[in-house]
Amino acid sequence: MRELEADEIERYSRHILLQDIGVEGQQRICASKVFVIGAGGLGSPALYYLAAAGVGEIGVADGDSVDLSNLQRQILHSEDDLGRAKVLSAKAKINAINSKVKVNPYHGVLDASNILSVIKDYDFIVDGTDSFAAKFLINDACILAKKPFSHAGILRFTGQTITVDPFRSACYACIFNAPPPAGAVPNCSEAGILGSVAGILGAIQATEALKVITGAGSPLYNTLFGFDALAMTFRKVAVKRNPNCRTCGANGIRELADYEQPACELKNA
Amino acid sequence: MRLLINGEEKKFSDGINIARLLKTEDVESPDMVSVQFNGDFLKKDEYESVYPKDEDVVNFLYFMGGGE
Repeated sequence: MRELEADEIERYSRHILLQDIGVEGQQRICASKVFVIGAGGLGSPALYYLAAAGVGEIGVADGDSVDLSNLQRQILHSEDDLGRAKVLSAKAKINAINSKVKVNPYHGVLDASNILSVIKDYDFIVDGTDSFAAKFLINDACILAKKPFSHAGILRFTGQTITVDPFRSACYACIFNAPPPAGAVPNCSEAGILGSVAGILGAIQATEALKVITGAGSPLYNTLFGFDALAMTFRKVAVKRNPNCRTCGANGIRELADYEQPACELKNA
Repeated sequence: MRLLINGEEKKFSDGINIARLLKTEDVESPDMVSVQFNGDFLKKDEYESVYPKDEDVVNFLYFMGGGE
C-alpha cells in the first residue's frame, strides 16, 4: 500500500485518530475498491460516505435516469439532475466531495451474463437495488465470485441488512431461499418509504464496507439487523449457514441464472 | 407453553404447530416470511409437522425488497 500524502493525513485525520483504523486502516481504505449496485435510496448515502472516507475506486451501476419522485430520498441527485443518468450524476457528486476517487460508472442493468465480469476487480459489493430478482442475483454472483457484500432491503418505515462473507457466513438465500411470488411483497414504489430510513440503511452499508476493508469490529456476519423507525427500535437476529442452501450449500449453484422479474417491478426498478 | 416469537415472550396453548402459529400471529401469507425455529430455517412443508415446545425460539423473518 502506498504512503498517505500530507493532505490526506489532514483530510482523514478523524479516521486516523481511531485506534481501530489508524494510518494503516486509512491506507487500506485508500487502496480499496467498492462496487455499489443502484445509485438510489440506499446507494446515495453509501456512495457519499464511501467517497468521503477515501475509498480509492468506486464502481456504480444503475440503468435509470433521475426522476422527480426520486428526490425525496435519493440524496445524490438534485433538481438540476432530472433526466440525467444516475451514474453520471453519482460520478459528479462523488468527485465533488473527493476528486481523488476513481469512479467507474456502469450505465445499464446487471444480469447473469455480465455481473461477474463487472464486479470481479472489486473488494466489496454494496447491494442498493430494489427488486428481489436483483437482490438474489447479486447474492448468487457474490457467492460464486467469493466477494463479501452488504445486502439491505427497505419498506415503509423499516429496513433490514446483513453482511455476507461467502461460504463462511449465512447468505441471503440461506435465509430467504428464493424470491417471493410476484405481488406477494410490495416494493417501495407500491408501499412507500420514508426517505431518511433509506439513508440510515445505506449509511450502515457503507459502515459495513469500511469495517470489512479495515478489519475493524465485527461485521453483520450471520446477523440479520432489522430497524423500525416508528418504534425507533432495532433487533439483531442470529442466523447461520443453511447446509442445504440453494446458493452456498454443499449442492449449491455452479453458475448464474437470472431470476424472473415480476412485471409490476419492471417499470419501477 | 411460552415461546419466544421475534424476541417477545408469548403464551400459547400446547399442541400448536407452525402453520397454526403463523395464523395466530397474523402473518399475512406464509409466502412472505422465512420461519426460523431454534436457529434453523424450516421448509414450507415442515410447517404442519413441527410442534414447538416450551421455551422454543421462533422468528418470522420478512422479505424486504426496496432499495431505490
